[in-house]
Amino acid sequence: MGMSDKKLLKLLEDKARWVKKETLRIHKLANQTRLASSLSAVEIFTVLYYGKLVRFYPKNIRSEKRDRFIISKGHGAISFYPILADLGFFPKENLSRVCQEGCILGGIPDPVIPGFETINGSLGHGLGVACGIALALKNKKQQERVFVLMGDGELNEGAVWEAIMFAGEHKLDNLILIIDNNKACMLDFCRNVLDLAPLDEKFEAFRWRVKEVNGHNVEELYACLKGLKESAGGKPKVLIAETIKGKGVPRLEIDPLSHIKNLTPEEAEALIVDLE
Amino acid sequence: MQTLIMRDVFIEEIYRRMRANKRIFFLSADFGSPKLDKLKRDFKERFINVGIAEQNLVNVATGLALEGYTVYAYCIAPFLTMRAYEQIRINLSLQGQLKDINVNLVGVGAGLSYDVSGPTHHCLEDIAIMKALPNLEVFSPSDWMLVKGIVEHSLRVKKPKYIRLDGKPLPQIYCSLKGFKIEKGFCELRKGRRVCLVATGMMTHKALQAAQVMDCGVIDLFLIKPLDEPALARALKKYEGVITLEEGFVDSGGLDSLVLKVINRGRARPRFMNMGFGQRYVFEMGSRDYLHKLNHLDVAGIIKNIKTLARP
Repeated sequence: MGMSDKKLLKLLEDKARWVKKETLRIHKLANQTRLASSLSAVEIFTVLYYGKLVRFYPKNIRSEKRDRFIISKGHGAISFYPILADLGFFPKENLSRVCQEGCILGGIPDPVIPGFETINGSLGHGLGVACGIALALKNKKQQERVFVLMGDGELNEGAVWEAIMFAGEHKLDNLILIIDNNKACMLDFCRNVLDLAPLDEKFEAFRWRVKEVNGHNVEELYACLKGLKESAGGKPKVLIAETIKGKGVPRLEIDPLSHIKNLTPEEAEALIVDLE
Repeated sequence: MQTLIMRDVFIEEIYRRMRANKRIFFLSADFGSPKLDKLKRDFKERFINVGIAEQNLVNVATGLALEGYTVYAYCIAPFLTMRAYEQIRINLSLQGQLKDINVNLVGVGAGLSYDVSGPTHHCLEDIAIMKALPNLEVFSPSDWMLVKGIVEHSLRVKKPKYIRLDGKPLPQIYCSLKGFKIEKGFCELRKGRRVCLVATGMMTHKALQAAQVMDCGVIDLFLIKPLDEPALARALKKYEGVITLEEGFVDSGGLDSLVLKVINRGRARPRFMNMGFGQRYVFEMGSRDYLHKLNHLDVAGIIKNIKTLARP
């Protein structure tokens, strides 16, 4: 690893820690937010944006030159709020007013928030819409990529598989799907509901290129995503990021019901202090 | 006056537009007609059969529209509107409030168009459920000439739309579109005394047949939403009785509820009757005319109701 890579790695690690802290702070103030789902995706958001793998233009959010990032697991995007604020998409003051009257930031993000492309509170829509965007970019001969973040529980939705079939058939190699494989849905661990293992083989069967990674290791995440972004190869790409739901909160990490569990303000504060 | 299938005219119109306009996609959920062959052949990149996957049809259409394309999503009406209802709600109705999304949902097989295919293929709910969605325009043309006007409108107005087309050949009603504004939403095809029939889609043809026997007014309502309510109220003001005619369930939020709302706003309330299907699906086998007769939607049934309503 060269010097600049080391600097980047340090930046990504520092930012990931900061994002975690800010996410806990948001949850402390607005406990309607889905904390566990948001914590599993912290490093994914961090690497995509601070690693500049997603091209973005906060002063011109609709720029044709931006990469499109669709967050299909909308409820798990609280940890994306601090990143967007930090990068200048909207004023940071919003972070302390999540879910409050008149604030643009809600429990589940809508495209009224600069930086969010689509409506994704209802699961299973993002990938199909992303397929349409990917198709459009190809038709316009544009080089920008379409990134999609989806939860593994979301893979239960039938419409997702319609889109998986479609992307493989149409060789959408400008499409990069990241699965936040945090292994729990609302009521249980996914394997006890609809066990989709082995997931990689399912995607391969539909003609996708598959990679797997530790979704909490920023160095590996960065390398994998960069590789996938830069490769063509005539296949849509999926990165299965092995993550832990509620990462960093010991009592959530082992709880199959972590999705609906909130922290008390004192618990959140103790974790924030730990991260400082 | 030519008798044509609406979908054939629709496909020809779109073909013509796709030649001139590179920003049009035509998506189908494995549904077609021989007329589609030429379009498929000549626009290999912009015609896509997404497969038997109505949900993905709407989602892919949305993605293309978000990138500025005009998209036609073509499918059998009941499957398009009911299998993919949540996709339509989230991606077109909700999102259409925030962004320009020119997705045109084109459902073929309004009402009992697919008569002998049975109740899975009948479409008696679409007007009610599609008009319940904000930010969506809903068209229900009665002839192929109107379809041409709707295509022109669909390219100009960058909003999500549902266009319900009949599946069977129907005679032409409108001579031309010269000076005709599709946005007006309805047309008083015939002025009459006492009773007015307000119909949509193929039922407008039945209304016209009844009007040959009875002296009654006929209004063809082809734009369900947005409806110019004051204009319709003015047109209905002179009548003592109003009968709505739709190939849909009555008392379920369809055409009847629209017209009733307009009537209730006026000072002089005409007597009202709604004709359509009661709260049961049509399992009986037979032609569309036969099924109409079973459900008292034939011309004789209409005439009977006109007489009832006209009685002092």
